[in-house]
Amino acid sequence: MSERIVVDPVTRIEGHLRVEVNLDETGKISDAYSSGTSVRGLELILKDRDPRDAWAFAQRICGVCTLVHGLASVRSVEDALGWEIPPNAHLIRNLMSAAQYVHDHVMHFYHLHALDWVDVVSALDADPKATSELAQSISTYSKSSPGYFADAQTRVKGLVESGQLGIFANAYWGHEGYRLPPEANLMAVAHYLEALAWQREVVRLHAIFGGKNPHPNFLVGGCASPISTDPSASTGGFDGTSVNVTTLQQVRDVIATMREFVERVYLPDTLAVASFYKDWFRRGEGVGNFMTYGDFPLDSSGDRSSWMVPAGVVTNRDLGSFQPIDLNDPEQVTENVARAWYSYSDGDDIGLHPYDGQTKFAYDGPQPPYTHLDVESNYSWLKSPRWRGQPMEVGPLARMVTWLATGNERATELATGALRQLDLPVEAIYSTMGRTAARALETQMFVEQMDGWLDALFANIAAGDLSVHNAKMWEPRTWPKLAKGVGTVEAPRGALGHWIVIRDGKIDNYQAVVPTTWNAGPRDADGGISAYEAALMDNHELAERDKPLEIIRTLHSFDPCLACAVHVAGDDDTQGLDISIK
Amino acid sequence: MTEPQTVGEMLARKGISRRALLRYAAWVTSIMALPSSMTRAMAQGIADTKRMSVIWLSCQECTACTESLTRSYSPTIDDLIFDFISLDYHEALQAAAGHQAEEARLKAMEDNKDNYVVIVDGSIPLGNMGYSTVAGHANADVLRETAEHALAVVAVGSCATWGGLPKADPNPTGAVSVSQIVRNTPIINISGCPPIPEAMTGTLAHVLAFGQIPELDHLGRPRAFFGNSIHDRCYRRPFYDKGLFAKSFDDEGARKGWCLYELGCKGPVTYNACATLKWNGGASWPVQTGHGCLGCSEPDFWDRGSFYKPLPASTEPLATPLAAGAVAGVAAGALASRAAKTRREILGAMSKPKDAADTTDKT
Repeated sequence: MSERIVVDPVTRIEGHLRVEVNLDETGKISDAYSSGTSVRGLELILKDRDPRDAWAFAQRICGVCTLVHGLASVRSVEDALGWEIPPNAHLIRNLMSAAQYVHDHVMHFYHLHALDWVDVVSALDADPKATSELAQSISTYSKSSPGYFADAQTRVKGLVESGQLGIFANAYWGHEGYRLPPEANLMAVAHYLEALAWQREVVRLHAIFGGKNPHPNFLVGGCASPISTDPSASTGGFDGTSVNVTTLQQVRDVIATMREFVERVYLPDTLAVASFYKDWFRRGEGVGNFMTYGDFPLDSSGDRSSWMVPAGVVTNRDLGSFQPIDLNDPEQVTENVARAWYSYSDGDDIGLHPYDGQTKFAYDGPQPPYTHLDVESNYSWLKSPRWRGQPMEVGPLARMVTWLATGNERATELATGALRQLDLPVEAIYSTMGRTAARALETQMFVEQMDGWLDALFANIAAGDLSVHNAKMWEPRTWPKLAKGVGTVEAPRGALGHWIVIRDGKIDNYQAVVPTTWNAGPRDADGGISAYEAALMDNHELAERDKPLEIIRTLHSFDPCLACAVHVAGDDDTQGLDISIK
Repeated sequence: MTEPQTVGEMLARKGISRRALLRYAAWVTSIMALPSSMTRAMAQGIADTKRMSVIWLSCQECTACTESLTRSYSPTIDDLIFDFISLDYHEALQAAAGHQAEEARLKAMEDNKDNYVVIVDGSIPLGNMGYSTVAGHANADVLRETAEHALAVVAVGSCATWGGLPKADPNPTGAVSVSQIVRNTPIINISGCPPIPEAMTGTLAHVLAFGQIPELDHLGRPRAFFGNSIHDRCYRRPFYDKGLFAKSFDDEGARKGWCLYELGCKGPVTYNACATLKWNGGASWPVQTGHGCLGCSEPDFWDRGSFYKPLPASTEPLATPLAAGAVAGVAAGALASRAAKTRREILGAMSKPKDAADTTDKT
């Protein structure tokens, strides 16, 4: 006799995720079902639009991964049309994308994931002086004084004593699964607060190049951030544009601010927290298959050998199995709807390549309000992408695996160092905590890369190359009648691809296959299980059935992004709805 | 648990002086174009109030509105949630999950009946109740239930205010705005994709201090933030007046910051505060980087033609401000008088704030 546990809403994520799990007699999770419960229909909305406008629509797939869908979209159009962009545009895009990694991963750790490991209430019992000593033992961060931690403690104490706990109300505080001593809890809570201020500062990089954050601007053919060399003289006292030698120095400062926080706070905190939860390196493996699309080009040549992140697939944990991928091959990436609330015209049990992708809403789930989904039938608004029919994990752990498989020296050094520090074998990375640690380690790699791209941008400007946009193909009348392309981004949450078909200057088909769809999709026609469900079914036992802390720990290790995952379109059947307002 | 403390007590405990609170109140009154004499009343209103209970409901959304809120410089997100409001439900930020999260929402509604504020991001699909659910409940049902006994509902972002991207043609899910669901509770619309963070926090501060909603425009937006067009306040306006336009995104004019009208800028028909408040602590704003305004704070901006298509008009007579206004559909002179009127209206409407402690009465 199994027992069903439901978590809905799964909070501290982006979007609307629900999980239902079955527990066996011993309290272990025997089956898990992950469901995206909200749909918008963006791909249908994109049909027949100007491909140059698509980035703005696509970017609104997600405001947390803000930027990555805009970038994938402009790259899809450029790929379809063979549209080369200036080197400066690649550098600016790389800087913006890396900044997104650093910002997103730090916020994920402190504001979305940390409270799975850190008991805020316990932090009230900490001694600020002992906390200061703990912090100084793991990092040289300059703010680790007793007063700094006392201030953070006073702040949280005030909230608790006010009787209004706000965002901290009614959580799993006191659960036996929380294992940090009070001082470690206080250290993390202080950094939770500090990261809120830090993130506000570092997104200024996006504002300088993209005008604002969230949702900075992109432009097909390059960047919409012309570089003004001599703002005041050339504009008669006005500002010129926001990209100039002064603001590029601010970008330099932002990179330094990022790097300090990652090196001295985020990475040490992650490893310190992990050291108290080593059993979480032994559960939560996904599907054992990993995929990256690769990213961070320096030119439009398409030569991937210089890319910071490689493109390829590793299967069955076998680093020797690394092989390249072809995103235009109809046999490789497909999307499946066998257990999703969609149907395909030629039957739901086949997979379709994104160029030929189709989507038709077929909601046959329970009408709300409901208590359970029919998990034996269709149960999600996510499709299930597959590579050669196999489920793949994408994201930080997948990147670590493909870096190790391709012999990346820095990644190998960081991973080996962390495993040695924690006294763990290499297999430990295939786990809930392995995923969380991989995210912190790669953030270190990104902050180390950014200055180089900025140096290159400065050097180009000094040499007189200000170009950030190639306008030669701007007019749709210069385009072929039919063109297809795929724009890829190695996004913080994993491999992201936008496939576009352009006909007569307009979008004929647009399909986005996104990281969380890969990881969180429902089962496929063969019963194949995606990464979220597989991870929850790997060695999870609930200590308290009413407080399924273990479930949210593993889900959060993936950094779920459901608005990304559910972006698909309906077909003509859903048009012309007769809306009645109750 | 002890009795709830007022914001003033919380701030005193944190070591925030009355002077700092006054400084903040002065900033809010200034950006909201309230008379400076109201600074003291606003500071007192904030200090005397229990932290306002806020329930944030997410429907068909992308979370950019929440992300934007966290970028606010005044008040900051940590000051906001620790000192000014009690954010009792917010799926992306709250510690509790599953049924404990839902209990937190229901408890906040019960404890603060008729006194809490509901913030909504995202549109609400009516095509099928199964198109968007939380905890097995349709977005529309949760919104109706939660809004019924709220002091006010604040729709943030262009999806909640107008239906936004999900409602864009052909509106596959039958998405509607908050105002098509909520009938008997005052609604404040703060549009934008996403909204400027300080427009959200400033409006909340106003509601908290005075217990009433600020003066709104004909679309339900706070006039303080949506009273002027981007074009009217744009630093590139002098180039427009001189007829100096960037012709492509990286030409000499683009690098010199000339007007982006011919590249499709929607600034003349867009009402928002980007040109004055700017973004991310004043780092920049879209036009300053060199991309035209998308018009993201206006209803149905997704369906108003390409972002790169110039506003319909001959560019010939654009060198004069009068013709410019005519092109945009609103005469420049009218814009000026509209701005003046806005300010008078605010002065008139705001000169007699209600007792800040009286938050039970719906405006």
